[in-house]
Amino acid sequence: MTTITSNAVQLGQELPALELPPVTRTMLALFAGASGDHNPIHIDVDFARRAGMPDVFAHGMLGMAWLGRLLTGWMPQSKLRKFDVRFQGITHLGNAITCRGKVVERLTHGGEDCVRVELSTTNQFGQTKILGDAIVAVA
Amino acid sequence: MIDKKWIGHQLPPSELLIERGRLQFFARSIGETDPIYTDLAAARAAGYPDLPAPPTFVFAAELESGAVTSLLETLELPIQKILHGEQGFTYLKPVCAGERVTVRSKIADIYDKKGGALEFVLKSSEVRNSSGELVAELRSLLVCRN
Repeated sequence: MTTITSNAVQLGQELPALELPPVTRTMLALFAGASGDHNPIHIDVDFARRAGMPDVFAHGMLGMAWLGRLLTGWMPQSKLRKFDVRFQGITHLGNAITCRGKVVERLTHGGEDCVRVELSTTNQFGQTKILGDAIVAVA
Repeated sequence: MIDKKWIGHQLPPSELLIERGRLQFFARSIGETDPIYTDLAAARAAGYPDLPAPPTFVFAAELESGAVTSLLETLELPIQKILHGEQGFTYLKPVCAGERVTVRSKIADIYDKKGGALEFVLKSSEVRNSSGELVAELRSLLVCRN
């Protein structure tokens, strides 16, 4: 496990961005099965159209799982204390998402030295899909 | 409008056995390439007793058990009008393959905005392992578009 001391984490530091391939129907079908979210609006175009949507669209939790990859690719998961997101917009088929994070604050959480990381996902057109933040222990 | 009498309503507990194969499938479905999420030897070398569940995985428990579907029926919310507004996790202990977790949730709040055009249901959950230890807390905000 990589050990990173608090000295190595700087305010304003950006996490290495995570770039995902464009969203496909296959990706959504697999995520439906793996995540347990079988809501047909993500996998059945007939259902999606009846619900007034032009097509199926990505599960919000798929985007959050990608942000989870961004975080655990940067710090071991055992350092993650809190992870909160707000879903801002629908991630459509063909959207190529980039996950970004930036260290914005040092704080004490549960008696531990931590940093707050601001998180976002955006598509290739610069539209924001998810905003959030995470508290990560750095001691 | 959603009846506010459901504030405080407790959902039936949802049990989920964290299976190694399921975690490998989940990792593949999100494009995870770090071997600690798919390879037992790599997970053990990183200090975990088995494959760790990725940060958002336990969200599956109440989907698998049907607790979320029943909740929507109870609140008379049609699934096609529901969006996931916010999601939060607080982590207290790692969860690994081979463990059985139990999720217990309650409706923490129900409110509306824009004259009822948007209604919100806030669900808060505790996740415990088979020893009864609190391993995570979840907070889910569902939005109903009327």
